[in-house]
Amino acid sequence: MSDVALESAVARPAVTDRAKALAGIALLDRIFFQVTRAAAVIVLVILGGVILSLVLGSLPALQAFGPGFLISQSWNPVTEKFGALPAIYGTLVTSGVAMLIAVPVGLGIATFLTELCPHRLRRPIGIAIELLAGIPSIIYGIWGLFVFAPFVQTYVQPGLISLFSDVPVLSSLFAGPPYGIGMLTAGFILAIMVLPFIASISRDVFETVPPVLKEAAAGIGCTTWEMMRYVVIPYTRVGVIGGVMLALGRALGETMAVTFVIGNAHKVSPSLLAPGTTISATIANEFTEAVGDVYTSSLIALGLILFLLTFVVLAIARYMLMRLERKAA
Amino acid sequence: MSLYATRRKRNSLATSLAWAAALFGIAWLFLILASLLYEGLRGLSLAVFTEMTPPPGSKGGLLNAIAGSLVMTAIGVAIGTPLGMLAGTYMAEYGRYTKLAMVVRFINDILLSAPSIVIGLFVYEVLVHPMGHFSGVSGAVALSLLVIPVVLRTTEDMLLLVPGSMREAAAALGAPRSHVVAHVAYRAAKAGLVTGVLLAVARVSGETAPLLFTALNNQFWSSDLLAPMASLPVVIFQFALSPYKDWQQLAWTGALLITAAVLALSITARALSAGRRKS
Amino acid sequence: MISRIFTRAAIAATAFAAMTGAALALDISGAGATFPYPIYAKWAETYKKETGNGLNYQSIGSGGGIKQIKARTVTFGASDQPLKAEDLQAANLIQWPQVIGGIVPVVNLDGVAPGELVLDGPTLAKIFLGEITSWDDAAIKKLNAKAKLSATPIVVVHRSDGSGTTFNFTNYLSKVSDDWKTKVGENSAVEWPAGIGAKGNEGVANNVSNTKGAIGYVEYAYAKQNKLTYTKMINAAGKVVAPGLESFQSAAASADWAKSPGFYQIITNEPGAKSWPISAATFILLPKDSKDEAAAAEALKFFGWAFANGGKAAEELDYIPMPKTVVELIKKSWGEVKGADGKALAAH
Repeated sequence: MSDVALESAVARPAVTDRAKALAGIALLDRIFFQVTRAAAVIVLVILGGVILSLVLGSLPALQAFGPGFLISQSWNPVTEKFGALPAIYGTLVTSGVAMLIAVPVGLGIATFLTELCPHRLRRPIGIAIELLAGIPSIIYGIWGLFVFAPFVQTYVQPGLISLFSDVPVLSSLFAGPPYGIGMLTAGFILAIMVLPFIASISRDVFETVPPVLKEAAAGIGCTTWEMMRYVVIPYTRVGVIGGVMLALGRALGETMAVTFVIGNAHKVSPSLLAPGTTISATIANEFTEAVGDVYTSSLIALGLILFLLTFVVLAIARYMLMRLERKAA
Repeated sequence: MSLYATRRKRNSLATSLAWAAALFGIAWLFLILASLLYEGLRGLSLAVFTEMTPPPGSKGGLLNAIAGSLVMTAIGVAIGTPLGMLAGTYMAEYGRYTKLAMVVRFINDILLSAPSIVIGLFVYEVLVHPMGHFSGVSGAVALSLLVIPVVLRTTEDMLLLVPGSMREAAAALGAPRSHVVAHVAYRAAKAGLVTGVLLAVARVSGETAPLLFTALNNQFWSSDLLAPMASLPVVIFQFALSPYKDWQQLAWTGALLITAAVLALSITARALSAGRRKS
Repeated sequence: MISRIFTRAAIAATAFAAMTGAALALDISGAGATFPYPIYAKWAETYKKETGNGLNYQSIGSGGGIKQIKARTVTFGASDQPLKAEDLQAANLIQWPQVIGGIVPVVNLDGVAPGELVLDGPTLAKIFLGEITSWDDAAIKKLNAKAKLSATPIVVVHRSDGSGTTFNFTNYLSKVSDDWKTKVGENSAVEWPAGIGAKGNEGVANNVSNTKGAIGYVEYAYAKQNKLTYTKMINAAGKVVAPGLESFQSAAASADWAKSPGFYQIITNEPGAKSWPISAATFILLPKDSKDEAAAAEALKFFGWAFANGGKAAEELDYIPMPKTVVELIKKSWGEVKGADGKALAAH
């Protein structure tokens, strides 16, 4: 296009034509540049818009309750007194349970894939795990409700309750009755959900270790375990933590997998078997039916808290992964 | 010798734990897929694709939900893809190391994993509330906000994979910058760009939370974008939590359909960008 | 609010849609109570077959119905918790009862058949207060000398959403238990002392049928359709009654609709030897000044059709249709729904 334009311009003696063509091209260039830049700015504007709309939406609640909103346990649409503590507590507990299960298992899978798995199986299993990371969370929710929760209620929880009933601290952690659904069940479903993330990110991170380091470790007679423990993990620590934080960010904000099996009770209870609620489950359950401005506004304030919480976690995660990328480069 | 023995023992313990972890994790995931197949296939019939969502106790299918999902996803992708692509182009071609690009990159990565229910709240505030009613359009806009980060990220990644020498060669022939981007970089990264769109579709096709209070739901066939619109995930949510056996069956079948679609999309996306590993 | 900025854009968008003529078959949208959902869905299906016009009713809970109709996001709202006359005035709505049904306690106990277990108000209140925690508690045993009750822990299932069913249920518990009245009170959503929350009558029914040892409360149609184990109750007259058309009818008979503005009537704990203690009417809410006149007129047409032709379907699902005299009163009240030209929208 441009060289054609130039040729035709050369063919004519008039320099003005050439200048015109070049000016047109330059204008097009500028427009294209500005359009792409505007699109990039829009991404920022969207984030700004999200934060702004959440802040504006939660003002009535924050004005009504002040900072006490964060530590109040009441959730009473009758008296219009709302507090975020049960939802925040449930969010943190379920995500904590999920991480306790998913991190060791995920790292185990990553180790397995990089060091132990027969070569022929590495790719298929790796791909399978990556594909599973894309399965929508509602699938985990429906499975948790129909398959997992009844199983837990009948076979697992009665055992847990009687097993720990005489142990001082654990008895309150596993106090009945066996509901089947509750914080432990939700945490476990979350764990299965974030497992593929942790496994595939950790595997990618482990693969950034220069082979020469591993060979050196093997050369001085390290066992596989010692190589992982003293070479791979220290080298990739930042990336692994970043990956775990990324999974944590997902777990904190997860809605559907939790909403099905959390039990929707606005209570802070020490027992893991008790029903609870999370921020996202509360919003999903109550937003369309919240009557009154304070109620709606309290839910939006919950959304704001969730957004800030995940924002911080994800920001830390990204920062750590970025550091590892620089190191790898 | 004893030291050697302990080291051996410790190693075999650690490796068996890794094996166990792998088996444990993969077993659960396959268990979920197996129950999904078993429960979902039982209700799979032609009626699922040809009939509307039924009231309790009647026979029906998921046609309006499937159609609603397709329509909203299509509009969401149509809005989100150009924005995400153009922004990704800026990041890779123009502003690689500018402050703006750095900030956008960081923000976008956060948006990539941000809780989708918050996006739903945002759209409710700016669209549903002022319009005065739930609508398919609001649902589509909520989905488009989830499409943008995915497309932006893959576009940027794929354009960065295009060797600089190609751009330089085109520029040396006198091609202007916009021309280089459109005809050289885009062409070289075509498969990757399509991958981004496919991944975005896979990402939004199972999203429930942002649709709950934007598109709501609709018992009937509706092609009116300004009215509430059914979608597969919301119908699954409603039907699974209901006490009716035939509704629960439809929920399983719908879940199977979504999973099949997502897996098909992801596999196609992988095949397109084979050999290119992304983080 | 940001919304103001967007309102203009929204108006422009709506105007554009109006110009392109988006209306196809006339669909009316409603949202609210889950209590009458089974019958509204049935009516909607029949009505669509007969007229081609659909009614998109989303059962999101009474609280949601009130919220959405106040925000005018739907054509009509539905609630089992009637609004008081002054609230109706403030929101510029009219309200009328559409059908009457009964709320029944449902349990999930091995070896206990539907209608076998008997409960009374105070015991029910103690269970939902979390004071009675096991099925072999003396209070339950006293009422059920014959039933085989094991030491299964009680799992209380209540609603997580704003619900008219909850309003009527807690209204009843407040009438029969002072403890309940002072500690919890009555409303569409309360601070529950115990148990798990489920979304809608659907969710409660689902959870009870999935959870051993559970007790919940649902509209009778849900118990029947899903073959749940409902209990009998001891009513205000001290008699044991089973849920059903007859006992709901008896409770409804004592209501004096004509004298109550906005048809505000609560019919829990009514006198009468045969009265079911937790009966309730479910109400429709419609704006007097509808933005979409065609939809409002169509909604009135639908409810008129339901009063005239929906009785049989209602009784099949154990709802009580409104008596003819009351329907006349209701139709008179529809005259308040006016179009922009000041004429009533209802076709008499």
